[in-house]
Amino acid sequence: MQLQIPPAWAGHESVFRPSSEPAHAVFGLFTFMVIVSVIVYVVVIVATFTAVRRSRDSEATPLTQERERSSHRAVTAATAATVLILFAYLLYDFGVGRAVAAPRDAANALHIDVVGHQWWWEVQYQDTAPQRLLATANEIHVPIHRPVLLDLSSNDVIHSFWIPNLNGKKDLIPGHHNDAWFEVDTAGVYRGQCAEFCGLEHAKMAIVIVAQTPEQYSAWYNAQLQPPQPPTDSLRLAGQKVFLSAPCVMCHAIGGTPAGATMGPDLTHVGSRMTLAAGVLPNTPSNLESWIADPQRIKPGANMPATYLSRADLRAVTAYLEGLK
Amino acid sequence: MWRIATAALFTLVGMVACEREHRTFHGTPASNATPTVRVTSLEPGPVVVTDSAAGPYGGNAYGMSQGKQLFTQMNCVGCHAHGGGAMGPALMDMTWIYGSNPDQIFATIQQGRPNGMPSFRGKLTDDQIWQLVAYVRSMSGIGRRDVRSGRADEMYGRSSEQNTKTGKPKTTGPASASEMP
Repeated sequence: MQLQIPPAWAGHESVFRPSSEPAHAVFGLFTFMVIVSVIVYVVVIVATFTAVRRSRDSEATPLTQERERSSHRAVTAATAATVLILFAYLLYDFGVGRAVAAPRDAANALHIDVVGHQWWWEVQYQDTAPQRLLATANEIHVPIHRPVLLDLSSNDVIHSFWIPNLNGKKDLIPGHHNDAWFEVDTAGVYRGQCAEFCGLEHAKMAIVIVAQTPEQYSAWYNAQLQPPQPPTDSLRLAGQKVFLSAPCVMCHAIGGTPAGATMGPDLTHVGSRMTLAAGVLPNTPSNLESWIADPQRIKPGANMPATYLSRADLRAVTAYLEGLK
Repeated sequence: MWRIATAALFTLVGMVACEREHRTFHGTPASNATPTVRVTSLEPGPVVVTDSAAGPYGGNAYGMSQGKQLFTQMNCVGCHAHGGGAMGPALMDMTWIYGSNPDQIFATIQQGRPNGMPSFRGKLTDDQIWQLVAYVRSMSGIGRRDVRSGRADEMYGRSSEQNTKTGKPKTTGPASASEMP
């Protein structure tokens, strides 16, 4: 299955297009509050102008008991309306707060640990069976209509996990575990972004959520659990050799090989991901090649150093990595 | 008018006083050249002078903090702990087996040393090794104080590199075979 980044990517990343259960609840509350507040604003402004005009007209007429009583009634009615509206806000807000706090069907939830790094996302799928644990990076696949419980923590500084269409911002704090959840209702690709300034490349710390049908999701999950196809052609074999002898192996892991470092993103199935460098580049062979050759040109300050490889080695290692599906 | 001119003058003078830390992100590749560094006082022939200049990241807080991260990430802590030493020798004291100068430490990391220190040649880029050198030196309080790390998150009771007192570094040379445990 080949995934494509939607062309109108920017338009899709919006709190005004909720696509998950908590996002719908929050959006409903937001819409209600905006509409009611706009009505109240218009009424207040109209009443103010009317009052100013009428007081100018009635300067000559004396203050009667009848007029006094009528304005008294108006003030009482406005105060009562204010109290009622605020109570409506409070009740609605309370209901939304309860709905957003935790999923109703928590027993059926999918548990994922998300660890923030400067400047990428480590993703670990949890499972009661140890052989079904899965590590990946910068891309979270989730089934639709199933709650996803996220355990958020950080490796270095404070980051914030924010998928505008799916959830509110939740901070990733070093030495502390935060919870977040969402239940996506529309299949699709959603983009998220670190929402707490975390250093030089904060702006280039994006994450992709791929919401799929349960069947597609379990097919993807089972494929990810398998070690990647070992290289057979000479180019990819050479690439594997380069990878395992160059500085790459000090930070990255590839399942089924001796590479097992955890400093950088897990590359076991890097060829199947949509983006490179935490949502910065679409995953194409030429992008991967320029990323390996000089990461600092694309993401200055990132912790991946430039690895100087010969032209042939670079081609080989790119072919090897792109083949890790 | 005079007031504005004076303010402008003071601003100019103030800006001159600011020394901005220089960060370079484009590194040098992992070199395979063997540094010619003297690591013991015993030597035949003419004496090779060791460069005691602070290295490219000696006065650079950013490079030093990167070195501090690499120290954990590359599992230096596995043997040296956070400076106190375990399987490997302590790094926060004043005793240096193969010398305390930046080029000597660089050679030690790049070449490896007997009895367990692995060689990181070709595995770390030269810049990363220089960052480690800067951090390792700061652990025992050598070099500028203001650029050293002010935080020690890893161990209770240990003060940060910034608060480490400096003594006189002493090169001991490797222990002879009879002294080996």
